[in-house]
Amino acid sequence: MANLNIDSVKERTFDAIVIGSGMSGGWAAKELTGKGLKTLVVERGRQVEHNKDYPTTNLNPWEFPHGGKVPLAVREANPIASRCYVFKEDAMHFVVKDAEHPYVQEKPFDWIRGYQVGGKSLLWARQTQRWSKYDFEGPARDGFAVDWPIRYDDLAPWYSYVEKFAGISGNRDGLPALPDGEFMPGFPLNAAEDYFRKELKKSHPDRHVISARCAHLSQPQPIHYEQGRVQCQNRVLCQRGCPFGGYFSSNSSTLPWAMKTGHLTLKPDLVVQSILFDEQKGRATGIRVIDTHTKAVTEYYAPVLFVNAGALNTNLLLLNSTSQRFPNGLGNDSGVLGKYVAFHNYSAHISAEYEGLKEFTTDGRNPAGGGYLPRFRNVFKQETDFLRGYATSFGASRGLVQPEHGLGADFKQQLERPALGPWRVQSGMMGETIPKATNYVRLDPTRKDEWGMPLLSISVGYDDNDAKMKQDFFEQFTDMYTKAGFVNIKAVDTGQAPGLDIHEMGGVRMGRDPKTSLLNQWNQLHACPNVYVTDGAAMTSTSTQNPSLTYMALTARAVDHAVRAAKRGDAV
Amino acid sequence: MNRRNALARVAVLMGGTVIGADYFLTSCSSPGKEEAKTDTSGTAGGAKVAFTPTQIGLLDEVGETILPATSTPGAKAAKVGNFMEVMVRDCYKPADQQVFLTGLTRLDQDCQKMQGKAFLACDPAQRTAFLTALDKEQKQFTQNQRKDDPSHYFRMMKELTLLGFFTSEAGATKALRYLPVPGKYDGNVPYKKGDRAWATS
Repeated sequence: MANLNIDSVKERTFDAIVIGSGMSGGWAAKELTGKGLKTLVVERGRQVEHNKDYPTTNLNPWEFPHGGKVPLAVREANPIASRCYVFKEDAMHFVVKDAEHPYVQEKPFDWIRGYQVGGKSLLWARQTQRWSKYDFEGPARDGFAVDWPIRYDDLAPWYSYVEKFAGISGNRDGLPALPDGEFMPGFPLNAAEDYFRKELKKSHPDRHVISARCAHLSQPQPIHYEQGRVQCQNRVLCQRGCPFGGYFSSNSSTLPWAMKTGHLTLKPDLVVQSILFDEQKGRATGIRVIDTHTKAVTEYYAPVLFVNAGALNTNLLLLNSTSQRFPNGLGNDSGVLGKYVAFHNYSAHISAEYEGLKEFTTDGRNPAGGGYLPRFRNVFKQETDFLRGYATSFGASRGLVQPEHGLGADFKQQLERPALGPWRVQSGMMGETIPKATNYVRLDPTRKDEWGMPLLSISVGYDDNDAKMKQDFFEQFTDMYTKAGFVNIKAVDTGQAPGLDIHEMGGVRMGRDPKTSLLNQWNQLHACPNVYVTDGAAMTSTSTQNPSLTYMALTARAVDHAVRAAKRGDAV
Repeated sequence: MNRRNALARVAVLMGGTVIGADYFLTSCSSPGKEEAKTDTSGTAGGAKVAFTPTQIGLLDEVGETILPATSTPGAKAAKVGNFMEVMVRDCYKPADQQVFLTGLTRLDQDCQKMQGKAFLACDPAQRTAFLTALDKEQKQFTQNQRKDDPSHYFRMMKELTLLGFFTSEAGATKALRYLPVPGKYDGNVPYKKGDRAWATS
């Protein structure tokens, strides 16, 4: 019996454990296994194998019973998920249903989740802008949150490292607020997008429209073919999972790569209940997991742990990992665990029409989505009555002209061969929000989910800075549109709750001082350094760039640190 | 971005959102914050919406009058009657379902008044004349419609005809151009008036 037990423990012991298989967990798996570590990846959701488990990927519009629409009963049962743009008939199976995984909203917060192997990396909008020095220096310069323990230069080589493997399309634009990277050719701007770029150069020389940088293979390199991925075919059906591997996801890229090393053990359908802490050794020793189907409890062990559960779930897991040493959650000596959660403000957009360039249109589909304006407010110095600023998506397309007749053959003919109307332009704000102690998550004191995990209680809201910034966005774009000759300008305040941006960050922030932060400059818990947190939870501030690329770079950098430290024999 | 062209086309045509499909046009900002219900059976007021073969036949003919077979197939070939049944059953709110179901009867009564006979007894010219008048009526109705009022039944039928047709195989591949794998993006090509529209974007 004793031997059996020892064997069983041995079987459940690995060199490293990764919690979560999404954007950053996939990278942790690839890097750890690539360095020869026997790695266990646990994922709370079901298996989704590249291609094999993309049930809708090749369906034609007529093969969806509801023409792509979500039935009323599903919408009514899922008011939160239904607000997400990917929750359509073709991809709703990849989005967590409201009732299956409840949470508490102390303030309105739309928490959009993807519980499956690959997580939300299957569903993301694939925008991959690097953060700049102005983002990492932001909190120190402007006096909010705490200083980042790293700077852009610390991360730059790791950006390059992950960009080459993931495959990023973009142009070298030479902008200080948006550093260039390792790019394949960018997707072109269309006539109206390029027109706005040129007009802006004249009217506002410090503002730039660039082609949005995205994780699509516009010109695959040998490293991508080696992953079994080929050129993006411009289907723009990405949220179904891509049979070409045309965009980066854990499923198409990092996880199969890790699997090929022979060092990866991937276990789906296991929710991590807590990280085990050994009071004698003073370090984390493994995880306790619950089988989501049988509810059986098992433990797995490893000397190094990577927490990549997704920003808010990483908070939940650490808060729930209590011990004598850490009665308030793993690594939480400072009491700041769960606090300083922030997000991107997506609640504003502004549209208009342009009557010029009617002799042009587009052909095919643009997976990058169009243009992107990096932050132009308060970049080099503080210049407005609000802190920080916003990046903006910018896209243009031509609408269709409405037929004159109500029905019949002529009507149909006009629908089949409609005249194209003026260009319609649309800009969406992505505003930086200021992390605050009052924007927090915590464990609900009484309510638990089906697996016995406390419900996460979320209290995250907008503030006065957000309101002022939004006002500025409307004013600036009205001005820029007007000077470009755009008409019918319509500003829309969507009033949407935080969360729908799906850029929630923080709660386990990096910092220099253990009294005010959870993680050091290598993403190790200050107080329990063999636990690394490299997903959105680690973010000290939010920047105005999309965050996924930064999670990837931080993860690769942290794994490199962990493995070097282990080789040196450091007590990580 | 990247919403279905067919849906956008319907919205443009009708000068507003698509009944029962308005969520899809304003994806991120809707639906409202109403409490979740657990009804997953797709029922209206407890009664399952099911059309009789006669009703489906009638809707096929209504659809065919709106989008007749020309050099390309018409709405009947795309089985829009069946499509309407599925959409009304699964995607319409109970109040809208009621209007649609009542509309099935009203359509014949209204036709009787104008043409002196039931819709299916009319010849194509009579059907077109009747539905053209009905289309005017729904336009007027819609202009005076308050925000939460149910729509005119013919507006529903017309919208579902368009949506069903342009997402059908016949509509997408014959009436429009359907290219599931473009393999490229050119941001700047000359616009040629009269080209067929794309079925998806």
